[in-house]
Amino acid sequence: MLKDELGPYFGEFGGRFVPESLIAALDELDAAYNEAKNDPEFVAELAELHASYTGRPSIITEVPRFAEYAGGARIILKREDLNHTGSHKINNVLGQALLARRLGKTRLIAETGAGQHGVATATAAALFGMSCIVYMGEVDTERQALNVARMRLLGAEVIPVTAGSRTLKDAINEGLRDWVANVDDSHYLMGTVAGPHPFPVMVRDFHRVIGDEAREQVIKLTGALPDAVVACVGGGSNAMGIFHAFLDDADVALYGYEAAGEGHLTERHAATLTRGRPGVLHGARSYMLQDAEGQTIESHSISAGLDYPGVGPEHSWLKDIGRANYEPITDAEAMDALRLLSRTEGIIPAIESAHALAGAIKLGKELGPDSVILVNLSGRGDKDMETAAEYFDLIDSAEKASAEDRKASDKKAADEQNAAGNKS
Amino acid sequence: MSAVEVAIAQANRDRAGALIGYLPVGFPTVAESIEAAVALAENGVDVIELGLPYSDPVMDGPAIQKATQLALTNGFRLQDGFDAVAEITSRVSTPVVLMSYWNPIMQYGVDRFADELKAAGGAGIITPDLVSDEAADWIAASERTGLDRIFLAAPSSSDERLVRAVEASTGFVYAVSTMGITGARSDVDIAAKTLVARLREAGSTSACVGLGISTAEQVREVLTYADGAIVGSVFVSALSSGGVDAVAKTAASLSTGTLA
Repeated sequence: MLKDELGPYFGEFGGRFVPESLIAALDELDAAYNEAKNDPEFVAELAELHASYTGRPSIITEVPRFAEYAGGARIILKREDLNHTGSHKINNVLGQALLARRLGKTRLIAETGAGQHGVATATAAALFGMSCIVYMGEVDTERQALNVARMRLLGAEVIPVTAGSRTLKDAINEGLRDWVANVDDSHYLMGTVAGPHPFPVMVRDFHRVIGDEAREQVIKLTGALPDAVVACVGGGSNAMGIFHAFLDDADVALYGYEAAGEGHLTERHAATLTRGRPGVLHGARSYMLQDAEGQTIESHSISAGLDYPGVGPEHSWLKDIGRANYEPITDAEAMDALRLLSRTEGIIPAIESAHALAGAIKLGKELGPDSVILVNLSGRGDKDMETAAEYFDLIDSAEKASAEDRKASDKKAADEQNAAGNKS
Repeated sequence: MSAVEVAIAQANRDRAGALIGYLPVGFPTVAESIEAAVALAENGVDVIELGLPYSDPVMDGPAIQKATQLALTNGFRLQDGFDAVAEITSRVSTPVVLMSYWNPIMQYGVDRFADELKAAGGAGIITPDLVSDEAADWIAASERTGLDRIFLAAPSSSDERLVRAVEASTGFVYAVSTMGITGARSDVDIAAKTLVARLREAGSTSACVGLGISTAEQVREVLTYADGAIVGSVFVSALSSGGVDAVAKTAASLSTGTLA
């Protein structure tokens, strides 16, 4: 069973490529996690937090007006955007924070790209009375200023990282450096299914709830399994979370959509699985964007949460064995999908999740009107308002725009969607 | 015995122990980094550790990060590393080991990398983010070429892991003095002494201490219990502020700490 993979390797991917100083902490974490996941008390406590704090189970929402632009396929959204803190990230954070408390750690270290994981970690630290430090690339603190303010309001210290490309990858380096120096009292709360073992398998397990719930919910709604399950992939945590329940359902196609930035054939993209090759980054062997000599190449995406030159090792494995498909989605395609879902369904998705929506539009046209596509709507778009306002020139035009104008631009957006779809 | 082991043993016979000096290739230029490394050898350094710049150096603090980032911006290539080793070893007899993160070696090809380094006259590789558990390919290549493989040992390592580090390493074991990253510190952690004692129990005859050592006094103190003292960031800072002359002076000053 593909579901039973426990690491440290997924095929040839994974492992622990870290300084010796961290090995003891990883061993300790691995042992604690294996004990905790079989401890009914731990499982019950996490379930209770899901129910009374996060708001699980998250609902599913069918989106027929949006689906008209996706070849008429039935599109069903798994609403992780409705979780407390606004994304799927809280699932993993609560699990790891409980584990950290079990280990007697009093300080949480996190990296964050879009800020969703940082906000979730700051939230858990506040809830459990722990101190929290969040490393965030300086570029990201600028494009996600609102989330920086949220983290600070929650009591976390946010450190802008000025090294390298000043984005998520550099924030992870800084988080690892902090952990090496403070491993006695600190837990590194990694926010995605990357990093050294046991993080990929542990973070996946804490997000499995997404797919476990959605699988039942879709069967209840439609009477059958979906034809395809789609998600955006940066590091890949929301995708692994929803894929996992379906890994051994051979008739369910799995699609991960990577950020292609300005185009996966340009130099400005974050399409790791499409354009990268296997290497070692941040403690694991996996696909990554690198030059001929193994130097990491800086990634680019309008979405801070997908702007990462690596990817979780389990995704690399699923790609190589052919179980999941990974496709690139450009900034423009994602932003069009973001606007389309907003206008057709009244749901403003995170830019990350909009990559999955753009993928669903393409896939729906391929699979046709009889198909059912489950989309992980991993986060909500509140944090992206500044980027969206700038991208769509909303601040200026809002004053001028009449209902007529909006209707015209709505039609234009739809035409563009169709044109984009016809080209693909 | 490898050239590195011989150099360390000799330093321990003639003096209090060995001084191992680190500098990154390509900072501020490839040519100057070669001159600086030669200056280390000519001023009392027993083993040269040449760092290969890497985009994601998780074990390094700000001083070394800044230097290696500049080297990369200036267009550092792995071939520069092999060329530097060849030139340094043609000018001085001091053994030269590389310090490299794992991905550049893996991408180059472990065997090909080992062959090139051997051909250039290099003595071995320190691998800060490769533990022996993940190093089967590299261990095989080092056995084949005779290059030293230098693994790290940390204060947090279990007894079992220390035995593993000692058994897997040749040349010396790199004992990390503190739970942290590279950079000058005012005190060398007491943890270093305990770690070296534990490495002795694990069978080590060649344990060198690195991280945070920046003065002759610290070198002297470390050499009361260890076989070698590894110094890096302070040489990088010297090169940055005063060029090759400053590196020579710093090395000469630090090497007084090796006198018994």
